[in-house]
Amino acid sequence: MGEWKSICMLEDIPRLGSRVVRSTGGDIAVFRTSANAVFALRDQCPHKGGPLSQGLVHGNQVTCPLHGWKLRLDSGEAVAPDEGCSRRYPVRVESGTVFLQL
Amino acid sequence: MGRKRLVMVGNGMAGVRTLEELLKLAPDEYGITVFGAEPHPNYNRILLSPVLAGEMSIQDIILNDHAWYAQHGITLHLGKKVERIDRLRRRVIADDGTGADYDRLLLATGSNPFMLPVPGNDLPGVISYRDIADTDAMIDAAQRYRHAVVIGGGLLGLEAANGLRLRGMDVTVVHLADWLLERQLDETAGRMLQRSLEERGLKFLLGKQTEMLIAGASGRVAAVRLKDGLELPAELVVMAVGIRPNTALAEAAGIHCQRGIVVNDTMQTYDPKIYAVGECVAHRGIAYGLVAPLFEQGKVAANHLANFGIGRYTGSVTSTKLKVTGIDLFSAGDFFGGKDTEEITLNDAAGGVYKKLVIRDNRLVGGVLYGDTADGPWYFQLLRDSQDIHEIRDHLLFGQSHVGDVGHQGHSKAAAMADSAEVCGCNGVSKGVIVKAIKEKGLFSLDDIKQHTKAASSCGSCAGLCEQILSATIGGAYTPAASNRKPVCGCTDHSHQEVRDAIRAQHLVSIDSVMRFLEWRTDDGCEKCRPALNYYLISTWPGEARDDPRSRLINERAHANIQKDGTYSVVPRMWGGLTSAAELRRIADVAEKYQVPTIKLTGGQRIDLLGIRKEDLIGVWQDLGMPSGHAYGKSIRTVKTCVGAEHCRFGTQLAMDMGVKLERMLFDMYSPHKVKLAVSGSPRNCAEAGIKDVGVIGVDSGYELYVGGNGGIKTEVAQFLVKVKSDEEVLEYAGAFLQLYREEGFYLERTCHWLERVGLEHAKNRVVEDEENRKALHARLLAELQDAPDPWAERVAGAERSEYEAIIV
Repeated sequence: MGEWKSICMLEDIPRLGSRVVRSTGGDIAVFRTSANAVFALRDQCPHKGGPLSQGLVHGNQVTCPLHGWKLRLDSGEAVAPDEGCSRRYPVRVESGTVFLQL
Repeated sequence: MGRKRLVMVGNGMAGVRTLEELLKLAPDEYGITVFGAEPHPNYNRILLSPVLAGEMSIQDIILNDHAWYAQHGITLHLGKKVERIDRLRRRVIADDGTGADYDRLLLATGSNPFMLPVPGNDLPGVISYRDIADTDAMIDAAQRYRHAVVIGGGLLGLEAANGLRLRGMDVTVVHLADWLLERQLDETAGRMLQRSLEERGLKFLLGKQTEMLIAGASGRVAAVRLKDGLELPAELVVMAVGIRPNTALAEAAGIHCQRGIVVNDTMQTYDPKIYAVGECVAHRGIAYGLVAPLFEQGKVAANHLANFGIGRYTGSVTSTKLKVTGIDLFSAGDFFGGKDTEEITLNDAAGGVYKKLVIRDNRLVGGVLYGDTADGPWYFQLLRDSQDIHEIRDHLLFGQSHVGDVGHQGHSKAAAMADSAEVCGCNGVSKGVIVKAIKEKGLFSLDDIKQHTKAASSCGSCAGLCEQILSATIGGAYTPAASNRKPVCGCTDHSHQEVRDAIRAQHLVSIDSVMRFLEWRTDDGCEKCRPALNYYLISTWPGEARDDPRSRLINERAHANIQKDGTYSVVPRMWGGLTSAAELRRIADVAEKYQVPTIKLTGGQRIDLLGIRKEDLIGVWQDLGMPSGHAYGKSIRTVKTCVGAEHCRFGTQLAMDMGVKLERMLFDMYSPHKVKLAVSGSPRNCAEAGIKDVGVIGVDSGYELYVGGNGGIKTEVAQFLVKVKSDEEVLEYAGAFLQLYREEGFYLERTCHWLERVGLEHAKNRVVEDEENRKALHARLLAELQDAPDPWAERVAGAERSEYEAIIV
């Protein structure tokens, strides 16, 4: 794993929303849940590559905007009966700043 | 420790479904122990007939394998019959001495087959038809013996007879009543069924009573003697004359039983620590033997075991379907009728089609279909909804109109489709794939099919076909929920109607308060309920409830349409389909500046710029200098117009002018689903107003208004609402009609579906007949839409900026 990078403040990500982080390795979606937990996944649904960052966040899941697959934010795994996985990135929040490990 | 202990006696479909529901609601509430008398984990009992017929294997019909029990930490005792409940010490004891203590006990002991009390009923070779062991015994007998007699011409008896015949036996069915399935069919349909079963080689003796079973030299049964002296050779006798709730255990423990274990509407027995579900239960005096009611009971019991305490079971209407491949029959409700009912029948004896619908007070109360059951689920839905059918009475018997359904080659009868035929044209799912999933994955509902196969999950036009396939595969186990009682989503048991009512009655103005008041099961809902709640709130309490962008799906959040590659499309508003040289010039400049890959004319007379990156959206809107076309919303889309009397030599009214007025009135109007209008200047109707939510057709003396048309998934011709004289009246009637739809429609219900639910007459009463109400509706619409902001201009001015900006690292 690479280095930790400061990407934004927690309040820059809307609650039950997300931001897109554009990195050299591709887009990463950073989500914030209603409980203020922050998760990061590769911004691509394992189904047909839909941008997960544009989906609706609920609980610890996001629903892909293209065909409604649900992915678990904490593992990147699709919720059954769908099968597939989107890569997970380590993320942490320290004194209100969000750090992402690339 | 500290977890409560739940013990379940009986390991069948009703009981295990209750556990599944309970685990969904409160996974950690109980330590669970299950006793099952059979040596198998829970299997799909209703698919025993296909196993007998050789169409499936036992392995295929297992619903919960051992791993499932292990995964949920359930202690499973198989092959152990519980013999005693010690209610004082709250403990059950099995026949091998195994004991288990409980805080709550769930009885799901099912039913026992009823054995006729005739001499010889305990001979070897005399069996019932109830479980895997019986099925195995029949398969075994079919290999070694020739003659079988099935006593009982009900559903189970006929399925057993058919299976044995397919396995090569010579089968006679002895039945007490004068025709087959006398509890499900009237005589006409019963005779038709008999004929087609006879064509398959089955023999029938009707109106006959069994006197005794006679043993042969080996001690095994060898013959059946009837009361009239007739003797039939039989090395296998299957008794299928009915089932009796299995109440022995409960009765021995002193729990009140009458026909079954008596429960209240929360599935609680007379001992408050003991619940009961399934075939062993008598609820309001009725013991059900079909799967669907048992699942409903399980849901309620689980709700109370989880301490939610809100579910109530109030009884079920059931429908029947015989699971014999190639035989199509369906019956539901009160199909005999009586003095106060009317009947509509179609009887084509040669064609093998019989339909009878029984109607009371303009409502469908029962029906029998034979030979063509494609519309069974639809009739059943009408019956459960007790929908007023007088408006559709003249074509009721011919079924639901499937004209214009697209995506499945015009098929409307699933039975006639080959396994390879495509049912869902959106997701490429064939009939065979759906049937396989239903059988192997144990699916019971349309939602299950959507989840597992994706069929019917996109445009939904094949939902009816999927329901037919479901009911043909699992028979009466498939029961659609009454449509006005269907839960909004998996987060709640409340229906759209109940949610709308609560929001109004309780004056709820935020999603949080709705979820709290209606006891939502999830913290923040899901992608299905949140957009619905958001719409209900802002349409019920405009100006008071705040729109929640996080509860809008991406298109309405970004104010553009997401495309398959993650780019967006932009459709600027052109009032009534009119534009100008200046606008066209700006569009051309934007297309060049942002290198728009595709420029297309839409069906609604607009220009669509496709392939725009999200971070360019604001720049594009700014450079266009045109308002949002709302081509992305559950909202007013477009008013399509013809050139009208402005130019057309046949024109009678100024169609473009009328269209622009309508579109300006409705700007930024959000609604349950998208709304499209059209205005034609003459009855030649070049704007295609007949397939729009509101279609206006100019005639010499004024305008005709049509409503509820649809040109999409299901072509639906708009129905005449009213004729008016002036432009002002067009605005008032069209506005009032749409406001009524906005206030009453369920989220994602188009005007045609809403009208199908409430009836055109209702809309006429509220909008045409009742002038005061019409004016009030129109006034509410105008009040809500006055000073409607242009979302694009707001964002150009800086609103929601972070939605459109990526973070670069």
